[in-house]
Amino acid sequence: MQIRPFAAAFLAASTFLGGHAAQAQERQKFEFWYGLTGRLGEIMEEHCKRFNESQTKYEAKCVGQGGYDKAEQNTIAAFRSKQHPTLVQIYDAGTVNFMLSGATYNAPQLAKDFNMKIDWSAYFPGIANYYATSKGEMWSFPYNSSSALLYWNKDAWAKIGKSKAPETVEEWFDDLRAMKKAGVECGFAFDYDTWMPLEQFSAIHNIPIATKNNGYDGLDAEMVFNKTKFADYMKDWKKLLDEGVARIQTAQTGKTILQAFTDGTCASMLSSVANHGVVGSTAKADLKWGVAKLPVYKDFKRHNSLVGGASLWVLQGKSKGEYEAAAAYIQFLLQPKEEQWFADVTGYIPVTKTGFKAMVDGGFYADPKRAGRELAIESLTFTPPTAVSRGIRLGNFTQIRAEIRAELEAAFTGKKDMQAALDEAVARSNQILRRFEQTFKGKQLP
Amino acid sequence: MQRRAAFDNLWLAGALIAPQLLLVLVFFYWPTVQALYWAFSTQPPFGGANQWVGWQNFEQIFSDSVYWNSVRVSIIFAILSTSLSIATALLMALMVDRQLAGHRVYRFIYFWPYAIAAPAVGLAFRFIFAPDAGFVSAVNQFAPNLWNPALKGWDAMILIVIANSWKMAAYNFIFFLAALQAIPRTLIEAAAMDGSGVLRRARDVQIPLLQPTLFFLLVINITESFVDSFGIVDITTGGGPARATDLMVFKIYSDGFKGLDYSMAAAQSIVLMLLVVALTFIQFRYVERRVHYA
Repeated sequence: MQIRPFAAAFLAASTFLGGHAAQAQERQKFEFWYGLTGRLGEIMEEHCKRFNESQTKYEAKCVGQGGYDKAEQNTIAAFRSKQHPTLVQIYDAGTVNFMLSGATYNAPQLAKDFNMKIDWSAYFPGIANYYATSKGEMWSFPYNSSSALLYWNKDAWAKIGKSKAPETVEEWFDDLRAMKKAGVECGFAFDYDTWMPLEQFSAIHNIPIATKNNGYDGLDAEMVFNKTKFADYMKDWKKLLDEGVARIQTAQTGKTILQAFTDGTCASMLSSVANHGVVGSTAKADLKWGVAKLPVYKDFKRHNSLVGGASLWVLQGKSKGEYEAAAAYIQFLLQPKEEQWFADVTGYIPVTKTGFKAMVDGGFYADPKRAGRELAIESLTFTPPTAVSRGIRLGNFTQIRAEIRAELEAAFTGKKDMQAALDEAVARSNQILRRFEQTFKGKQLP
Repeated sequence: MQRRAAFDNLWLAGALIAPQLLLVLVFFYWPTVQALYWAFSTQPPFGGANQWVGWQNFEQIFSDSVYWNSVRVSIIFAILSTSLSIATALLMALMVDRQLAGHRVYRFIYFWPYAIAAPAVGLAFRFIFAPDAGFVSAVNQFAPNLWNPALKGWDAMILIVIANSWKMAAYNFIFFLAALQAIPRTLIEAAAMDGSGVLRRARDVQIPLLQPTLFFLLVINITESFVDSFGIVDITTGGGPARATDLMVFKIYSDGFKGLDYSMAAAQSIVLMLLVVALTFIQFRYVERRVHYA
């Protein structure tokens, strides 16, 4: 151990020399965990850097967790061993777990304790309602927010002589079939993600996924999606698949739907507006593409779509200094300038009406690079949220999504009849809900 | 008469084994007891108020057809990947032991795959076997839709079996090679002088003498395929399509960590532990009898 005395001496010397200066500008640190990955993860990192460079009092330490679900799992594991961060990004589906956890320092309280300037009424109602408690309070701060859109390849549609995206589901399917005849190999790529076909679809058609207003009115909700229009929608998708008009694209088949769309293999997909930036930057050079609001069945009136993405939760058990720093960070993110920067580099929508207005006035959406992003907001605010287009508040929703996915896999690969698969998915989801209810016995949704 | 070695100084003996005991206690018994407690209660994700529910978790598991599917899938996986990895490793070891040209290089590189982490193996095989873009996609050029692990359960199973065997074969290879080299050359030379060819010598001389190694590897491989296959499944198939590769250990992960139902996961891991113990017991009781230790 030759090095040790040397290192100790060095450390002592540097503390001695730098001690005074460091004390004067000792920054209050706090930890922030995020779930986004890939390019979006890098942007989270950049956002932290912008904060750290904008002032000298606080320092955000941002740590990527490798996925939304991992961020939730790791936070829970860390909380149990008291190693958790002050601030964490939790996706929409994890909201109810955190609401019932008793582990959170709720947004209104934080805002009050640290004199944050937050205009709660500035949030888009579609966003505020999704995250709100029964008393209308948001316990977390909506952060990266998105909604789903139809991405369509203009060249493929040109082959059937159309220059406009389909508005109804029927029109869309007719187009796909016509395109097949015109030589388009793959008209529509989908995977087993339930967010677009089940959650967004049900919201814009104003049909329930579960009783008790999708779970907002109590933990004893039961799934009903096997008896709604969603079942017909899935049967129609299966038909498209069998006719060779649509195709399943996942990482396991070699290309995700995003890759299949951007390299021109498949002519349409349903995806989050958050991918607008990625599609723009990764699409092959001559790809002409656009976005449109999700198609709706002819006999239905269009309603608002759901907000997706994540919100920021503050956790219990940290020091006052750390809370102060976290509050400053949240306040920083809500500045119009930051909202615009974030929306620009990602495709996420601004969370406040004021932020949106500033961007519209500044000509943000006039840039052809961002053409269509405003449709996400149009879709999200199409009607005021109804009792069921408001959102979903079901326990263990991540696991429910996984169960539905497994059953959809069985149906789309021809192992099971679609209706039988959906019935099974409902039965299994209900088991999860009952299990959740039992685990949180005696607790009420706030 | 059996001679027994005994310590007069029990305190010293205790002190000497204490560090080891402590390790086993901390890393095995303590978690096991914890898991047992969780398995008989409901544990909220963020901790706190457990409720005792008796056998309910186990009843729910055993009445669940999806659970039985994962047991079935695990057993198929264990049998296939153990046989494939042992067979290829044996073949490779026999070849290298014959000191064919370049055997030193092979001896070296055949072991490499075991040094690669399971998720990395999974990632590599996911690319190789991707039906649209992978190496194997050429197959689909000749016969469309012949190979598609994203849609066909059996293809997915074959994929994880190959990936796991590729890794385990490397491990088995080292043991086989060491055992082969421990066989006295004189035996093999004598057989050769009696006129037996390569295959004959392998079948009648070498493999019978490998029995103890074979048995050891059988136990290790089966155990490994039950408890250590998680990384590959997670990266390649994610348990799908339609639960065709939903191995028991993967289901524990998805119920516990994704589903945040720690109690159900704990109950399943208790069942898995008992299953592995039972399998190992059966192997020692019935298979080992037929093993001749030289």
